[in-house]
Amino acid sequence: MQASYIQVSEEMPLGKERQGSKEIAVSKDFPILQTKIRGKPLIYLDSAATSQKPLSVITAIDTYYKTTNANIHRGLHTLSGQATDLYEGARKKIATFIGANEKEIIFVRNATEAINLVAHTLHPKRGDMIVSTVMEHHSNIVPWQQVAQQTGALLAFIPLTKEGLLDMKKTNVLFAKKPLLVAFTHVSNVLGTINPVKELVALAHKYGALVLVDGAQAVPHIHVNVKELDADFYVFSGHKMLGPTGIGVLYGKKALLEKMDPFLTGGDMIKEVALEGSTWNELPWKFEAGTPNIAGAIGLGTAVDYLQSLGMENIQKHEQELLQYALEKMKCVAGVTMYGPLYDPLIRSGVIAFNLGDIHPHDLASVLDDEGIAIRSGHHCAQPLMQTLGVSATARISVSVYTTKKDIDVFLVALEKARRIFRL
Amino acid sequence: MSAEAMYEEIILDYYRHPQNFGTLEKPDIKAKDVNISCGDEVEIQIAVKEGKIAQIMFHGKGCAISQAATSMLTEHVQGVSLEKAAKIAKQEVLDLLSIPISPMRLKCALLGFKVLKVGLYSYLGEKRDGDECEDE
Repeated sequence: MQASYIQVSEEMPLGKERQGSKEIAVSKDFPILQTKIRGKPLIYLDSAATSQKPLSVITAIDTYYKTTNANIHRGLHTLSGQATDLYEGARKKIATFIGANEKEIIFVRNATEAINLVAHTLHPKRGDMIVSTVMEHHSNIVPWQQVAQQTGALLAFIPLTKEGLLDMKKTNVLFAKKPLLVAFTHVSNVLGTINPVKELVALAHKYGALVLVDGAQAVPHIHVNVKELDADFYVFSGHKMLGPTGIGVLYGKKALLEKMDPFLTGGDMIKEVALEGSTWNELPWKFEAGTPNIAGAIGLGTAVDYLQSLGMENIQKHEQELLQYALEKMKCVAGVTMYGPLYDPLIRSGVIAFNLGDIHPHDLASVLDDEGIAIRSGHHCAQPLMQTLGVSATARISVSVYTTKKDIDVFLVALEKARRIFRL
Repeated sequence: MSAEAMYEEIILDYYRHPQNFGTLEKPDIKAKDVNISCGDEVEIQIAVKEGKIAQIMFHGKGCAISQAATSMLTEHVQGVSLEKAAKIAKQEVLDLLSIPISPMRLKCALLGFKVLKVGLYSYLGEKRDGDECEDE
């Protein structure tokens, strides 16, 4: 029954070929990169919003629906068994990928849902403190605001330094207040800052706090091992890591997940149901009510295969070289303001947020779109961070495994065109 | 449509030096809206005299298209009766801009228009409600 799976992996690039190669030339694995936009080749620099998908992922989903589609954990028939094996096989792959036990991998829709799951099953008491940071995506702010409002818990935010790092002095002060939970991002989706997760987790634990890490912008780009980081909860979205939309992961330490109440209830998450009451299924299924996104999980498992075939170290090196190249070139473009840590590319991943003169990011995105270049413009779902930076919006480029130096060069030429059009 | 065609001199001029940009001391009408997807915001303030837009100002932040369109619109409705201004059609705003607007940028072009309409409708609505009450 693994046949369809293996068939798919045959189309994937071999890890061996990739080893030692300076630039990971994998664009050919991504069918969408052949697309023309306004007659020009697509230059996709918006991977932080959502990444493109390799053919292996697309084929895995296609093959599943064509040959193995059935509901899981239910039927005695062959297909149901095969679908269950594929679904649970994907869970195993993801668990291995981030150094977790498969019982600790809960499939959800995305990182946002994972954070909501924890926020709504945490049950803080009035006066309990939750600490987040100013650099968070709205998904790691709003759920905590809701919970604080509903329970009378207190909410505090770690401010940033001028360089775009978490203010460690203030972090110490806030953690010393013994919060119930601290929630912060591994990598900022605007600044690109890689936070010192291991140190932050250790510090939080010293004061008895639980830690939730938003890994949505980290897992696609850098090696993540949840056991090494010692995070209590770690969340990420499939679609940002070459997988499909509608599937994401909540990792939680087994002992914690076992103590938590279910978030959504209904089918598949129960052990026994009587009209008087019900008992819950074991982990991880206790948190997966209803028929899950089976194809999505399989697609995500295949995306993990793909990432591993390239090697996370190679990916990180490739993307860091690209970012450094872009940072250095962009410094020379008159009128460019860049945000986030600039002096040490090793603590930056994935993105460069910037502005060009007085051109509004939307207008800039329009001009670049004309050249077939896709960038993000706006507040990046991080309005508190925008306020801290003193801007209403920024433009942002983001890279992935398929991004090339040539993409950056085309982008740089287009920046000059934008300067001309706006008479800068 | 090319970017060159969209960002004509006149659009950039309105973007960098918008007409009617600012606030009124005692506005009779105040309306504000935000474009959720991009965070652009526009507030329009109007002083009403004898059923007409005696003075109109706007402020906010956003892209060249949204700011230029709003500024042009405020000039367009200056001195116009509220009833007439409330009936302005989208196309009039697009004609004012007289540049090609892609579907993706329509929201930008029409943000000020939407704010003006909301302001006028709620003012006229309230006024009508008030009149009805007086009649009773």
